[in-house]
Amino acid sequence: MLTQPFLVALLFGAVTAGVPLLLAGMGEQISEKAGVLNIGIEGMMLLGAYCGFVAAYYSGSFALGFLAGGLGGMAVASLVALLCVRLGLNQIVIGIALTLGAEGLTALLHHFQFSRTYPRLDEAPVLALPLLADLPILGPALFAHNPLVYVSVALVAFLGWAFRHTYAGLNLEAAGVKPAALDAAGISVVGTRIGAVLATGFLAGVGGAYLANVGAGLFVPFMTHGAGFIGIVLAMLARGKPLWVLIGAALFGLSLALTTALQVAGINIPTDIVQMLPFALIMLVLVVFARHSVLPAALGLPYERGER
Amino acid sequence: MGHTDGPPQSVRPAGADSAPVLPSPVLSVRTLTKRFPGVVANDGISLDFHAGETHVLLGENGAGKSTLIGMLAGMLRPDAGEILVQGSPVRILTPRQSLDLGIGTVFQHMLLVPSLSVIENLMLGGPWWQRLARGAAYRRFAELSECLGISLDPDLPVGHLSLGQQQQVEILRALWRDTRVLILDEPTSMLTPQGVRDLSAVLCRLCSQGVAIVLVTHKLAEAYDLGDRVSVLRQGRLVGGIAADEHRGMTEAQMTDQVIAMMFDPAHAPMADERAILLGRGNVHAPSVRRGAAPCLEVRNISTMPRTAAHGLQGVSFDLRPGEVLGIAGVDGNGQKQLAEVIAGQRAPSSGTVLVGGKDVTQGDVAARRNAGIRYVTDDRLGEGTVGSLSVAINLLLKNVGAEPFWHRGIADWARIRQAARDDIQRHDIRTRSEQTLLAKLSGGNIQKVLLARELGKAEGDVKVIVFSKPTHGLDLHNAQLAHRRIRESAAAGRGIVLLSTDLDELLTLSDRIGVLFQGRLVGIVDNGPGAGAAIGRLMTGAVAA
Amino acid sequence: MNTTWRVLLPILLALLAGAVVLIFLGKDPLAYYGYVMERGIFSWGGLQETITRMAPLLLIAAGLIVAFRAGVWNLGGDGQYLLAAVVTAALAPALVEVMPRALTLVICMVIAFVVAAIWSLLPAFLRARYGINEIVTSLMMSFLGISLANVLVKLFFWDPTTTVPQTRTLAIADRLPRIFGSNIHIGILLALVVIILVHLLMTRTAFGLKLQIVGASPKAARHAGLKVGALTVVTFALSAGLIGLAAAVEILGVWGNVRADWNPAYGMLVVPLVFLARLNGLAVIGFTFFFSSLMIGGESAARRIGVPQDFVLLLMGLVLAFLALVEYLDHRRRQRLGA
Repeated sequence: MLTQPFLVALLFGAVTAGVPLLLAGMGEQISEKAGVLNIGIEGMMLLGAYCGFVAAYYSGSFALGFLAGGLGGMAVASLVALLCVRLGLNQIVIGIALTLGAEGLTALLHHFQFSRTYPRLDEAPVLALPLLADLPILGPALFAHNPLVYVSVALVAFLGWAFRHTYAGLNLEAAGVKPAALDAAGISVVGTRIGAVLATGFLAGVGGAYLANVGAGLFVPFMTHGAGFIGIVLAMLARGKPLWVLIGAALFGLSLALTTALQVAGINIPTDIVQMLPFALIMLVLVVFARHSVLPAALGLPYERGER
Repeated sequence: MGHTDGPPQSVRPAGADSAPVLPSPVLSVRTLTKRFPGVVANDGISLDFHAGETHVLLGENGAGKSTLIGMLAGMLRPDAGEILVQGSPVRILTPRQSLDLGIGTVFQHMLLVPSLSVIENLMLGGPWWQRLARGAAYRRFAELSECLGISLDPDLPVGHLSLGQQQQVEILRALWRDTRVLILDEPTSMLTPQGVRDLSAVLCRLCSQGVAIVLVTHKLAEAYDLGDRVSVLRQGRLVGGIAADEHRGMTEAQMTDQVIAMMFDPAHAPMADERAILLGRGNVHAPSVRRGAAPCLEVRNISTMPRTAAHGLQGVSFDLRPGEVLGIAGVDGNGQKQLAEVIAGQRAPSSGTVLVGGKDVTQGDVAARRNAGIRYVTDDRLGEGTVGSLSVAINLLLKNVGAEPFWHRGIADWARIRQAARDDIQRHDIRTRSEQTLLAKLSGGNIQKVLLARELGKAEGDVKVIVFSKPTHGLDLHNAQLAHRRIRESAAAGRGIVLLSTDLDELLTLSDRIGVLFQGRLVGIVDNGPGAGAAIGRLMTGAVAA
Repeated sequence: MNTTWRVLLPILLALLAGAVVLIFLGKDPLAYYGYVMERGIFSWGGLQETITRMAPLLLIAAGLIVAFRAGVWNLGGDGQYLLAAVVTAALAPALVEVMPRALTLVICMVIAFVVAAIWSLLPAFLRARYGINEIVTSLMMSFLGISLANVLVKLFFWDPTTTVPQTRTLAIADRLPRIFGSNIHIGILLALVVIILVHLLMTRTAFGLKLQIVGASPKAARHAGLKVGALTVVTFALSAGLIGLAAAVEILGVWGNVRADWNPAYGMLVVPLVFLARLNGLAVIGFTFFFSSLMIGGESAARRIGVPQDFVLLLMGLVLAFLALVEYLDHRRRQRLGA
């Protein structure tokens, strides 16, 4: 079973399936660090996927597609920023509302735009990294992907650095753990959180666009199928470390890719069983590492000056 | 960060020698007014703060001190009046503007991020798009530490520091820029006696360097010991003050009389016990322990698992006899909460036993402990003791939900529940519109009355032991004195009292014996009496019992 | 603003915003809403369908009210619902061959309740023991449950006589009895009784009060000696069980079988109704009727006017967002008045 084509398909698929989770997970991590529980991230990914697909479909440019996806995600995020961060409404209620709304809206828009057809994009452009791409198995599996893949991985390193070595990193930490301390230091808690939420929206939106444009090559209503929620879990378990989001996303990407890889290998089991894998894995991880998942003290709580 | 260019060895540029003749004030407020729904928290207050002087703002809880400094720190916006810095009017709308004007504030509640290191906490506030300027920060840290005589490891997470050390970090932060005015809100409330001595040394140094210090306190003794000048607030108004030269020539008793005259109408002059609370220098209570009686509470070798940021208990043992008040001293976070919770049955110890009247109740839950005669008045009145979104009536029965006669087979008898609540409200003088009012609408003092009514009322069974946790924390004089009276009454009625408090004076005033918790260990128990305060102070810093 | 307005305003605003979307898509909102009303309420056939649909929605609402009052976010309703549905559909046709219809129906409902409750135990345990956010875990279990339900249909309960994977079908004569010759089955009566019982449970009993204390302040609950962990698990199980009961009623009353990949996804949709009713079991009946008619009318409108059913999703999202916003504005206004 461990033939070369199988392994290549498996690893290649793992990267493709893992990137949206990675982007969503990193995005959610930024929000959670700042103390905002972004339940609406599923909606951000979905609108990102739709906007990204439409932009890429009409312009033919994948780069433009990703940008549009990011902006789509940010549009949903700006509602979170306004309603939850600025006005202090319940983050869970608004998260559910936005997820419902984005599901309905994208399905509607898709229906009116494309009726019941599901047009496909061309193959996504591939950047084969020199030398690395020539490695056996690993080369075609890991180093011949859409450029966004490399950008996402680079972002992991950048975020890891920025969290520790910039004022922004300190501000995010303070906003999540002790917002009053940040306020007293003269930094707006609301502003910091809004920035974090918008960044989350952009990353989640790009992740959605990648899911549609590169992963599937088309848009289907409800296509994110819980990817945003997986992102929340990844961020929860990563305890503020972007590297762990990467490891988690790779793991879940792998289990998602197993379906396709098994078909390549000619083994036929119902896709439903394989689809259960990532979720079963998450529950297993949560049970095993239950006492290690940590969330910031002020997570989910709106900040109002003078309330302590 | 610009402040790193400041002259070394000094907190601010020289030039403001602490001249005894009145120079122009560094900071002034003119007819400053702030209203909150239902109260005028600050009513036309005008004050001057001078360089090189410690200006004490004195008043009971709720007199408006915190509101005033909140406006100076940019946390609250004044409704009327103006603030002047060196004679020119300024608007302080945000904490940042306050900092930029050279006003540094140390708040009553620590405003530090426990997960960040000391130096990171100090750096907080820079432009977000820039890299951290660690090098410059370390230099400034070294410079300020030397100047204040503080030694701290800048790379230690703040969560690992003692409260006294955390306060030093707060002071460093308040002075981080070129600070002309340093405001401290109740800075001694969480310190050991040694910590208070360190603090006053630091303040002296700062004063001599020409910083204007504003010290907020509700203890008269502190005003006498630390202040150069005193202003007294009462119900949001400035009701008087003692000028610097006047202050120098006074004895403590003279000042106390004068200040009390400002704080109260002659008709409502405080009684002796209230004066003791006000002064904050404990009248040492004469112990009256009935040594012969069988203990009503025996705590044997109790240990608990350590939780985040708090010490677990390690082998704590003591006896408590009927009618005895056992004070437990210690700086917050040394295991007081765990001890109270273990006695009340809220937390299972990892080892050890608890006996009430000779009966082992270690396995019993809260209800079983209540039936055995244990009551617990928590200090976290709103977070833990009550539910703000439920009615006063329900809160009065919070620990009896489902019990007869208020519930029959689990079905509520609302008429009876309300009647019982009305009785309690009347008996304990709880000021509320009705028993249906949501608890969150009550004032702090009335919430404490609800707790006292619930725990001390004619409740089920025979009350043997009452645990009080910081019973006067955050209360005004009237309610503080009421709580003290309830403690004395309960002891006189033959109940054993465990009194956990961080306020040493309160313990000295009420207790027969005083134990000290340090890092989860009961490091010693001292009989109250002359010299007890000093002995406890030594124990609080971890010195072994003599 | 009085209570009526605080409730009606979000609905009206959502309908208005929805109208804007319809205009943008080139549809006449008045025609759409009018048709939805006509099909959902003002035609006898539609009204019967609306009332029939209310049964599962009300039971789900009952389940959510129990959970939300206790501060437990059970968002895993879809998985719980589908698993209960599949087990019911698999059992009923087999049981009815060996025992009387009434007994079959009751046993199926009990088992559906238990199956859904079991599916909620892991998130409940993780929350009670380690404080792990139950939103995330219940959602994960939901996805897992949806897939597992499909696996069950495809691998174990596939009726060999059909080409598409689906369970055996319960004969119409063996389903829940109808009311007075209408097409409405007695599930709606059961649902009404359950929602009223839940309302009484939450407002009149010590158990309900305990849940409310745990929901409002776990710290206070611990202080008062309530067993927070146990109450959380019981709440979760009761909530999921009621959702499972909803599935059983829907299968036993309407469908008779479960096809693979069938997922009505009611779980999230009921959330706005429960909040509109402010977790009040009696008030939720009216909102459920409104929403049910919207669904039924919307299904007809999808065929006739060409606005897909997904529009209802958007509307519910809008209702929830506007509800939160109106609450906030009202709260601010009261604060100003109180000052």
